[in-house]
Amino acid sequence: MKDVRDALFVAQRSDGTLVRRPLSPHLQVYRFQLSMFLSIANRIAGVAASFGTLLLVWWLVAAATGPVSFATVQSVVGSPIGILAMFGWTLALVYHFVAGLRHLAWDAGYGFDKTSFNKVGPIAVAVTLILTVLVFAIGVSLWNSAPVIAVVPVVAPAGN
Amino acid sequence: MSNAKLQHQIMRSQLGRVRGLGSAKSGVEHWWVERVTAIALIPLTLWFVVSLLLLLGMPQIVVVHWVGRPVNTVLLLALVVLTFHHMQLGLQVVLDDYVHDKKSHLALTLLNKGAALILALFAVVAILKMAFWAPALVVPGA
Repeated sequence: MKDVRDALFVAQRSDGTLVRRPLSPHLQVYRFQLSMFLSIANRIAGVAASFGTLLLVWWLVAAATGPVSFATVQSVVGSPIGILAMFGWTLALVYHFVAGLRHLAWDAGYGFDKTSFNKVGPIAVAVTLILTVLVFAIGVSLWNSAPVIAVVPVVAPAGN
Repeated sequence: MSNAKLQHQIMRSQLGRVRGLGSAKSGVEHWWVERVTAIALIPLTLWFVVSLLLLLGMPQIVVVHWVGRPVNTVLLLALVVLTFHHMQLGLQVVLDDYVHDKKSHLALTLLNKGAALILALFAVVAILKMAFWAPALVVPGA
């Protein structure tokens, strides 16, 4: 025993040997269920979407700075790593949105029971995947059909 | 049990009870504001995602003009302010749950609040700059 608090967790068997008392059940003793994954996934998605706001701020600041800065953002977003990051951000945002709607429904008193959790959970996953792929597919096709950008204009309107 | 006796048993001022303050020193404000911002962000986020899709790949001047339209300026400002407020509220709960060391918790809390404020200000200033800049620009072909 290194910590005095450990004394509270030690008990004696009937034969006198010491044994650690069982602690309250922790994560690993539970059988995996979709609802437990969806619960923590909402939190992870929220944190991931938070990091995505850096890109939003960069995009806005670059657009407010000038065409050259803006072209830099576009080239980074259009790069393989940028596309991957955009996909991750889209997925995180869409799932956090869908799970957030579920939370608001629960807060309002709807569907806050095991039967509903297990019924709506898979639907939430399906909606998330469909919306993510849909938004991303539309995004990529619109990106490719957008007018060709003059990356470095002869005269920048302002800034830069 | 008479009411007079009952009042002596409540170890809490009536004013405190009315304000909903317990040992946590605050009521449900954090929880409530998180929900209020979430509700406001439903339509704002949908609007922004659709707008962003339509702006994808467009030159900078088009983006500046889009931001410069008063409706877009206002909705973007609302989106940014509410997003960062909602974000720091949510991240704070994550910190409260997982960071047990008091010094780390304080440092990360200050970082969370500070970063959210600075990022929000960056975005707000950028939006306002575009809003005031847009009328002076001429869009080619418009």
